[in-house]
Amino acid sequence: MAVAERARPATKRPPGGSDINLWTWFFMRISGIVLLFLVLGHFTIVHLMGGGINRVNFAFVSGRWSSPFWQTWDWTMLFLGMLHGANGMKVIIDDYVRRPGARVALKSTLYVMTFVLILLGTLIILTFDPTKGRSAVLGGIAG
Amino acid sequence: MTRKLKTGELELRVLRYNPEIDDAPHWEEYRVHYEPMDRVLDALHKVKWFEDGSLTFRRSCAHGICGSDAMVINGVNRLACKVLVKDLKHPITVEPLRGLPVEKDLLVNMEGFFDQFKKVMPYLVNDEPVPAGERLQSPEERERFDDTTKCILCAACTTSCPIFWSDGSYFGPAAIVNAHRFVFDSRDRAGDERLRILGQKAGAFKCRTTFNCTDACPRGIHVTRAIQEVKREVLDRSI
Repeated sequence: MAVAERARPATKRPPGGSDINLWTWFFMRISGIVLLFLVLGHFTIVHLMGGGINRVNFAFVSGRWSSPFWQTWDWTMLFLGMLHGANGMKVIIDDYVRRPGARVALKSTLYVMTFVLILLGTLIILTFDPTKGRSAVLGGIAG
Repeated sequence: MTRKLKTGELELRVLRYNPEIDDAPHWEEYRVHYEPMDRVLDALHKVKWFEDGSLTFRRSCAHGICGSDAMVINGVNRLACKVLVKDLKHPITVEPLRGLPVEKDLLVNMEGFFDQFKKVMPYLVNDEPVPAGERLQSPEERERFDDTTKCILCAACTTSCPIFWSDGSYFGPAAIVNAHRFVFDSRDRAGDERLRILGQKAGAFKCRTTFNCTDACPRGIHVTRAIQEVKREVLDRSI
């Protein structure tokens, strides 16, 4: 390989800076590892332990979400899962959708859906009231 | 029927295209005699020299050093001068590299590939006073980038990358490998600048680690690993 030399001013600025490509790549790795533990933990606790999926009903969910620990667990899983998945979809759109109009339309839809789903999930997890929920469900059944 | 060939006559299917007369590429078949140690390049030579002189392809050293004759052989990027016909399944198919414009037959336009290569400053940058002797480095420092010095710029890696196929603005594996060769060279002083270039949207973070490049490299360079090392270096120098 040819090796050439040329005089140039030394650069001190760190590479990448606040480059979004670097940080989204880093986020995907970190969130992937965290999600691995959260999702497997969720699956083990909710679906396998203590009778498995058969014990999951309204009362079970109500009990879980009365605890700040499970609220935090589920919200972290929701938040990281949505952002991880949305970023993955954005990468696919960037890679394979070549028409500018289609890219804007798809990415706009993706961002709006991600925001709405995170907002909806957050509202449900943080403002969940078993009394209202139960009466609403029972009211719905009765009606 | 698929079978391993040992000697005799082989069927060679070549994807041919002459922009002056063809609307689209088309397959043409040739039957050529081959010797036990003949390579695909020898088979192409036999076609060109004895059957159809219009068959067009690149080759120079013909011994795996210059990187001129990379092409898609039986669906995989290979150097025609490094693949023995007896090791391939029959019939043998030969196509031009994917993702680069075809000029004629197996000849592709490499300008875009070399434009991406030039973007990563693939040369040693050191503005310190020139020493009386050599710029010394330890065997360990040399070992750090030894793997990526082996690149011959054949484009087999870059043209096997699905991201490069869909987005020609991506630097591609070969450019990043050649950046790696200088980023980790203890004598070089432009690592930060090079890594800033590689941190761009079309740079190293566009790699999706499909490993096609590693499989395609005729020099056995661990291409995907080199790209990952570049990504980590960008991260390390940013935090």
